[in-house]
Amino acid sequence: MKLNRQWTWFHRLGSPRWFYQKTQCWLPWLGAIAAILLVTGLVWGLAFAPPDARQGNSFRIIYLHVPASFLALAGYYLMAIAGAVGLIWRIKLSFMLMKSAATIGAALTFIALFTGAVWGKPTWGAYWVWDARITSMLILLFLYLGMLVLRHAFTNHESANKASAILGLVGTVNVPIIYKSVDWWQTLHQPATIKLTSAPSMHPDMFAPLLVMILGFYCFYALALILFTRAEILERERRASWVRELVAEKQGGL
Amino acid sequence: MHPIRRQRLQWVALIVVAASIAAALMAYMLGQNASYFYAPSQIVAGEAPIGVNIRAGGMVVEGSVDRSMDSLEVSFIVTDGLENLQVTYSGILPDLFAEGEAAIAAGKLDSKQILQATQVLAKHDENYMPPEVADTISEAYQRKQQHQPEPQEALQ
Amino acid sequence: MQFDNVQQLLVMDGHGVYVWSAVFVSVCVLIGLIIRPLRQHRRAIKKIARELNLKKTGKLTGNSQEASDASNT
Repeated sequence: MKLNRQWTWFHRLGSPRWFYQKTQCWLPWLGAIAAILLVTGLVWGLAFAPPDARQGNSFRIIYLHVPASFLALAGYYLMAIAGAVGLIWRIKLSFMLMKSAATIGAALTFIALFTGAVWGKPTWGAYWVWDARITSMLILLFLYLGMLVLRHAFTNHESANKASAILGLVGTVNVPIIYKSVDWWQTLHQPATIKLTSAPSMHPDMFAPLLVMILGFYCFYALALILFTRAEILERERRASWVRELVAEKQGGL
Repeated sequence: MHPIRRQRLQWVALIVVAASIAAALMAYMLGQNASYFYAPSQIVAGEAPIGVNIRAGGMVVEGSVDRSMDSLEVSFIVTDGLENLQVTYSGILPDLFAEGEAAIAAGKLDSKQILQATQVLAKHDENYMPPEVADTISEAYQRKQQHQPEPQEALQ
Repeated sequence: MQFDNVQQLLVMDGHGVYVWSAVFVSVCVLIGLIIRPLRQHRRAIKKIARELNLKKTGKLTGNSQEASDASNT
């Protein structure tokens, strides 16, 4: 009995209506925090952090490159888990989150690759190298894009969701490969600066703005995920009575 | 959990496990075939093919960089601590290319075991520090090196 | 600040082109990630409002079945 009640709670959490109404008041806060953190971190990192002893000022690209890569990888797990929950419990909201996460993930992976290329030119001497880290990151971009493109192959919305969730799950193996690629293969890419197990191999004056940027990107990610999902909810549920009431109310207010 | 859902969960787990095994196998094969990268000692031992595009890398030997006066022609020696490899290159070297630092050269090996590089890349590590800190560290390092022989002498 | 003036901040000892192009592209992508869902949201609301108005004036008929199968899972 008690177990049953727990599952109903779980299903209520998966209701698009609940999500839409609950997240409404979070948006301005999340937006403000993300904007403050990102602007502070960027100004600090670009203008106030000391230059690197060997790389000079080109190292400042790290303040975009590392946070974007972080979230591109963490976001993949979020997306894959959302897909798995959707496959097992058939929760619509879960698939909507998955689709939103795929769009954001693709954009962040693109940022990581672009900033990496622009950083590589002055430091390594090449925009692009077929090195294990960079190649596996490119595969991540294709996985994200593949999930979005695959949806168009299906006319049935449900099978589109299922197919892209399966592709997402298969792709999860790529994430640890990306993370460990710098240790497993001879790569041009340097090993991780920030590790869970030890102190960052970076001077505190340079690390502080990086930390601010990473936190800023996390908040930004949450904000973008909520915004995309809310738009998706309205589109998918536009015939549901609560959406109609909501729109009618808004119209009445105008 | 509902039996149907349990079955779906099993399917999901199966997909993840199967994909992981496939990827692990591919990674293993890649590791076996990653011989397009050669260390100088492998090249001296004759393991690298001649006239084929390969990559070689190591630390640039101090004082070995020889820049031509009238062109972008440059030659240097890389070492892996065991053997040396002569590299010639014509082009602009990356900012981080320096003596005593790691570099990777891509190109063809000629019959005299000189690597005719078409690309030279500099590798840097994961440490970032401001110039002043780097100066202090290298000063401290030098001081330590200078002081080190003394206790040994005292022991003798 | 690490730079004496704005000119130096922009040039960054010759690395400015790389740093600022990375910043420009990243910021554009990030802004796009906020604007796109907001637009999508507004468009969805407009669409629903139009459907509602049509229904009210009685121009839209025979759509009741579609409306009923959109219930929650």
